[in-house]
Amino acid sequence: MGADPRQPILRMQGVSKSYGAVQILRGIDLDVEAGQRIALIGPSGSGKTTLLRLVMTLETPEDGTIEVEGELLGLRRVGDRLVKDSGAHLRSVRGKIGMVFQHFNLFPHMSALQNIMDGPVHVRGLSKDQARERALDLLAKVGLRNKADSLPRQLSGGQQQRVAIARALAMEPKIMLFDEITSALDPELVGEVLAIVRELAHETGMTMLIVTHEMGFAREVANRVLFMEGGHIVEDGEPEQVFGNPRSDRTKAFLGAVLHR
Amino acid sequence: MNFDFDYALQILPTLLRATVITFQATVGGMVLAMIVGLALELLRRSGVKPVVYATKGFVSFVRGTPLLIQLYFLYYVLPLYGLSLETMETGILGLGLHYGAYLSEVYRAGIDGVPKGQWEAATALNASRTHTWLRIILPQAVPPMLPVFGNYLIAMFKDTPLLATITLLELLGTAQAEAAISYRYLEPYTLVGLIFLVLSWPSASLVRLIENRIRAENRNGR
Ligand SMILES: Nc1ncnc2c1ncn2[C@@H]1O[C@H](COP(=O)(O)OP(=O)(O)OP(=O)(O)O)[C@@H](O)[C@H]1O
Ligand SMILES: [Mg+2]
Repeated sequence: MGADPRQPILRMQGVSKSYGAVQILRGIDLDVEAGQRIALIGPSGSGKTTLLRLVMTLETPEDGTIEVEGELLGLRRVGDRLVKDSGAHLRSVRGKIGMVFQHFNLFPHMSALQNIMDGPVHVRGLSKDQARERALDLLAKVGLRNKADSLPRQLSGGQQQRVAIARALAMEPKIMLFDEITSALDPELVGEVLAIVRELAHETGMTMLIVTHEMGFAREVANRVLFMEGGHIVEDGEPEQVFGNPRSDRTKAFLGAVLHR
Repeated sequence: MNFDFDYALQILPTLLRATVITFQATVGGMVLAMIVGLALELLRRSGVKPVVYATKGFVSFVRGTPLLIQLYFLYYVLPLYGLSLETMETGILGLGLHYGAYLSEVYRAGIDGVPKGQWEAATALNASRTHTWLRIILPQAVPPMLPVFGNYLIAMFKDTPLLATITLLELLGTAQAEAAISYRYLEPYTLVGLIFLVLSWPSASLVRLIENRIRAENRNGR
């Protein structure tokens, strides 16, 4: 697997998704190279969250395929047909992906440390000692080493989100998905969470898909920007180009609206 | 007919011994009901259509017929098919199945009460189904259900006299036996009522206490 160094780490081909009669994603084609940090921007309802949810297998596309390092995600080839995948194969592919949610979704009955250790111990099969050591390192990394035993409800929103980031990192995914991870936070807590992602971006070279409304952050952290509208990827380029000299009128209009608010 | 205290005192030890039987049936019935309830709810969520319909049908049937009839059925009909159980086992089975059908609805509400984001976080951590259920969903779903379980436990306890009809010598059955010998009804039945009252009342208060504590904790929490 991953024998071809130019093979994209993530490939979406003709991916469509509807809710009821409303089509949200209209045939998305996207190749992501390892190490790319992609900012997904676009107006509300354009399908950014839906795209991430499909990659995390929280939704299933009704059309198209998603591959991670050349392996089908959520589907299995049987003869020349594709059938829904579950069980060991699905999990082996899905394990390469991690996600941080807008509303954190920490497990409320577990301490910060347990939240971070649970996956490594019970999913990845690390020993408790190993997992604890790793988890404490990660807590230190997100500046919460002294909150190891706190329950989520005893933490601020910003702290909860930092624990959630540590929890996702503990699974060592190859691709990390961030869905508006600061939009549920009070403004004064946004900075501390973005700082973690910024650091991660510059230190690890981890592949990231970042949905955000923070344009300054997108410009600074991403090395590729996708502008989505109406279930299409309308523009795809480097941050300097997309923000400084957008090709599409619709990108221009969107950036004009959000940057001058 | 006056209340004969001497007679009452004389039969009290027998009745207290029968209380132990009542207790065993209640505890056994409740443990079984909790297992049956969870199993029914998991089957209902299995997504396998025939299983889902069969489960729903079973729950409706059990909830739609009296416990007394179900006990008769287990006691008189099962042996015809070669399955004969001890009276106590039949009683526990009857209580467990009957209350299990009700508890499955309690499990349903408790599980539905766990936010969707928790399932999604479990998927994002690549957790297996078993792991998701045992470590993530149920630990959150069960605590709010405890007061409801408590109320069903008390209700079940008060249903145990029905077991007398399948000849289990629990409290009521024992009182009936005593009355049949002495032709005195006031004392045995008064004592049975008192014993039930003395046991149910504090239990109900305890359940309320737990309920308030859980509520207070949730208030402090979110
Ligand atoms: N489970 C669902 N059922 C029905 N409609 C849905 C569902 N999830 C999302 N939608 C709809 O799909 C559309 C696209 O949603 P999506 O969340 O992908 O947009 P988005 O680009 O992330 O928007 P935002 O910037 O507001 O987060 C929206 O109109 C939303 O109302
Ligand atoms: Mg969104």
